[in-house]
Amino acid sequence: MSPEPAALDTVIDTVSAVFMIVGSLMSLAAAVGLLRFPDLLSRMHAATKPQVLGLFLLLASIGLQMRTWWVWPVLLVAWIFQLLTVPVSAHMVGRAGYRTKHLHRELLSSDDLEAVVQKAAAKASREDASDGGRQD
Amino acid sequence: MMEIVLAVTAVILSLAAAGAILRIARGPSLLDRVLASDVLLSILGAALCVDMAVNRHLNNLMLLVALSIIGFIGSVTVARFVADRREQLHES
Repeated sequence: MSPEPAALDTVIDTVSAVFMIVGSLMSLAAAVGLLRFPDLLSRMHAATKPQVLGLFLLLASIGLQMRTWWVWPVLLVAWIFQLLTVPVSAHMVGRAGYRTKHLHRELLSSDDLEAVVQKAAAKASREDASDGGRQD
Repeated sequence: MMEIVLAVTAVILSLAAAGAILRIARGPSLLDRVLASDVLLSILGAALCVDMAVNRHLNNLMLLVALSIIGFIGSVTVARFVADRREQLHES
């Protein structure tokens, strides 16, 4: 019975150390992706995706180090909050990037927004034409 | 063991922060800079997490949540602002 807690302690310490290092490597991966990728949309992927897993690993290592159960709900709330906010901000940045044409079109494999934009532009020009007719 | 982990993560996070700052300085467009500053903010959050885990306290947890709120509001606002400004330019 007596050697059990010490061994368990070492295991928990090792697991949380691995979590911390891998979580930091996720941040490094995001930075490397920011530096190496060619345009805004691919940089957006690199900036937002590894951070969620990295934060999860770091919060898990906090929970393992604290050795109590009541911190886990708090950490879960912090992580869910990150999960809710990161995709929204990435979507907004990607949308603004698409609108201001900060993208290399030759790098896209498919552009689903193109058809919608064309349809809206055609509708707007039709409405413009009918308005012009009424004024004349 | 925790000291070694702290040193290793400090080196990794410093490299990551240097990369993000380099992208802020070099980024060709405003949105690249916004994205890089968002990454820098989350690297800061990661550093706070490592500090809490190594020193076994929870003082920074609310700061972490506030940091992610600030990053969210900042990047959404700037993205919205850029879109609106370009639209007006396009119309005029």
